[in-house]
Amino acid sequence: MNCKTLVIELEHYLDEELDASVRASIEEHLLKCKKCRVIVNTTKKTIEIYCNAEPAPLPEETRSRLHDALAKRLRRAHP
Amino acid sequence: MQPRTECRFARALCAIWAAHSYKMNSMLPFAMDESAMSSPKINPVSRPTLPSQVVKEDEPALVAAAQAGQIEAFETLVERYERKIFRLTLNITQNREDAEDAMQEAFLKAFEHLSEFQGNSRFYTWLVRIAVNQALMKLRKRRPNQISLDAEVDTGEDTIPREVEDWGPSPEDRYEQTELSGILSEVIAELEPPFRIVFQLRDIEELSTEETAEALGLSVPAVKSRLLRARLKLRQKLTRYFRRSENR
Repeated sequence: MNCKTLVIELEHYLDEELDASVRASIEEHLLKCKKCRVIVNTTKKTIEIYCNAEPAPLPEETRSRLHDALAKRLRRAHP
Repeated sequence: MQPRTECRFARALCAIWAAHSYKMNSMLPFAMDESAMSSPKINPVSRPTLPSQVVKEDEPALVAAAQAGQIEAFETLVERYERKIFRLTLNITQNREDAEDAMQEAFLKAFEHLSEFQGNSRFYTWLVRIAVNQALMKLRKRRPNQISLDAEVDTGEDTIPREVEDWGPSPEDRYEQTELSGILSEVIAELEPPFRIVFQLRDIEELSTEETAEALGLSVPAVKSRLLRARLKLRQKLTRYFRRSENR
């Protein structure tokens, strides 16, 4: 395992899609390579920070227009 | 409306690709931070429980009721997902007016084609596919030039950051929620659309690689290579804000 292979396997590693032997070899490399540890940790944090972020509130006027349009359409379908 | 029309999705993506050179920028050099973490053990990505993962007990019943014509049931589904669908269409289109139109059209189309939903996938995934299609059509209108989506994504040497800089304390602790949301929106907007959209579907909406490939009319390897690029580019861009040396 070297830095290049690790980056190529990075998403499989973060998504836990690797078999035990490849995972072990990545973790062995991480023990020795500080640069790869930073890459792996900050990439993992990147994913977490985005998927943990709450969607911004839907503006009330946008929501209102959506529900008006739906109400109109739904009434037409089911008068 | 056929949510599984991969060709249409592919054509839409081809259109938005035009405005962007496929030649990737090489990673910016960073100063190596010697205070990088000492533990090599990396825990799996920690994800919240999203509606896409939760098979809410009432969802099949709500969908069935909506299919039988109960308007209130469909309205409940809309209320459950409207914020996420708006975030999705906004991240794809990067334009509030287009995002609102795409969201509205997605829910209307979902209602019109509800009878076609067979329950083979999660309702939310089905809805996401429709919303992605609507948002991509908006993008295509604004960026009508055509170019092949299948241009190669180089996952070779230049994928590897030459030098890296560690982040400081948790960004969630260093920034107010509003400020953090602003940073995340600004940074993801800098990604070229195919990378942004793949990241959005895989890592934010948590579709599987296969579902993302199907929704976008891409191959599984193409989704994977774009996802790797997207994650690394976002990581790099976020380092501007979250690096250890930043006095926050």
